[in-house]
Amino acid sequence: MKKDLLSIGDLTPDEIYLILDTTEAMREIGRRPIKKVPTLRGKTIVNMFYEPSTRTRTSFEIAEKRLSADTLSIAASTSSAQKGETLADTAMNIEAMAPDMIVLRHASSGACHLLSRICKSRIINAGDGMHEHPTQALLDAYTIREHKKRLDRLKVTIVGDLLHSRVLRSNVLLLTTLGAEVWVCGPATLIPPGIARLGVHASTSIDEAVSDADVIMMLRIQQERMHGAFFPSTREYFNTFGMTRARLAHAKPDVIIMHPGPMNRGVEIASDVADGPYSVILEQVANGVAVRMAVLYLLAGGAEGD
Amino acid sequence: MPIVLDADRIGRSLTRIAHEILERHAAPGGIHELALVGIRTRGVPIARRIAKAIHDINGRDVPTGALDITLYRDDLMRTAVGAQPVIRKTEIPFSIDDKRILLVDDVLYTGRTIRAALDALIEFGRPRVIQLVVLVDRGHRELPIKADYVGKNIPTSQTQSVQVHLMEVDGRDEVEIVG
Repeated sequence: MKKDLLSIGDLTPDEIYLILDTTEAMREIGRRPIKKVPTLRGKTIVNMFYEPSTRTRTSFEIAEKRLSADTLSIAASTSSAQKGETLADTAMNIEAMAPDMIVLRHASSGACHLLSRICKSRIINAGDGMHEHPTQALLDAYTIREHKKRLDRLKVTIVGDLLHSRVLRSNVLLLTTLGAEVWVCGPATLIPPGIARLGVHASTSIDEAVSDADVIMMLRIQQERMHGAFFPSTREYFNTFGMTRARLAHAKPDVIIMHPGPMNRGVEIASDVADGPYSVILEQVANGVAVRMAVLYLLAGGAEGD
Repeated sequence: MPIVLDADRIGRSLTRIAHEILERHAAPGGIHELALVGIRTRGVPIARRIAKAIHDINGRDVPTGALDITLYRDDLMRTAVGAQPVIRKTEIPFSIDDKRILLVDDVLYTGRTIRAALDALIEFGRPRVIQLVVLVDRGHRELPIKADYVGKNIPTSQTQSVQVHLMEVDGRDEVEIVG
């Protein structure tokens, strides 16, 4: 493994499978009466969350505590960023206190690459702008493998706000690397130009995209990143691209429905689908802790060329 | 590369250990409280074989689990270079509270694995007793740890290595000294 986890592109297929297999072992720790192992005792991990987050931040913090690391969390709203300090300056100041790892969530794409260049601490990308969210893709892959027993030769359809989605980019990189057939679907205004170059099928017809799918992944409409009219109304969006039981009928009978959260019920997904029998959305959240434990453990050791 | 135990000797050692275990836990209720926990990798098939030997003797099923101690190793974060050891699953599908736990490993050497295993095990509950079963004791302890049941004591030098091969993992039953 490299020093940092910035992108799924940093990982070889073997390393991805190693993370998934390690996750399997980590999951067992969460079922014990005492959910803690001493592995990262004495390691300090700083969680810098410059964007709102419930799931990812909680998930990282629980994972760190289960491995006995010392952790602290910094939110942009209560940090010196409010006084105008730049991210690089904040990072160098934190670095001066010698943490072992920094977990960064930031609204700007590439923010963790900047930290990676200036910090000796290991950097884990917990979502950078519209770029990547590698641990989300890893927990998605783990969840898919658990249900389908494999990742190659599966039709995985990703529907929604493709343009603004870091979850999409990380998932496409991971799934195509491991040999899945990836379809992406959304309104033409939300399909990033040139996405086909990543080796995916792009479609604006949800029925075509969903047809015979093994896995359907719904993406949130990211209103906070939309500076323009990408579709007429959320109601029209739901009518055209929202996941409903009727649309689900075109997929394979054992299809699973995923969503990285937070969900907009009635916008990209109907409530009866989100809470229905095909949904594995809460399993994704549960698996997230174990995946992050695996990543923390594997990165904490000696890296090549260290 | 001298072979110090062949398949036949391994089989007889484990049968003898099964008898010793039953003898030492013959007190009323003792056998009901027994449970075997094998340390991954090769302690697990040895634990299963002892469970089978006990079953062959008195028809009782002794619950058997598997313990991975990687996350408890004392040398884990000390090496600057090299990949992290692979972690495998711990599977102890029974409560160890008030049980007589027989911890099983293939080779007893420095004792550090057993130290880690004891730390790992007591996170699962509070056993009445923990005893240690090993197929080979090769000496050179670095911690105050002693086995309760030993298949064979094999004097070695520290430059040598003792390699245990088991059918379930390696396709053959054999213990050899290398180096």
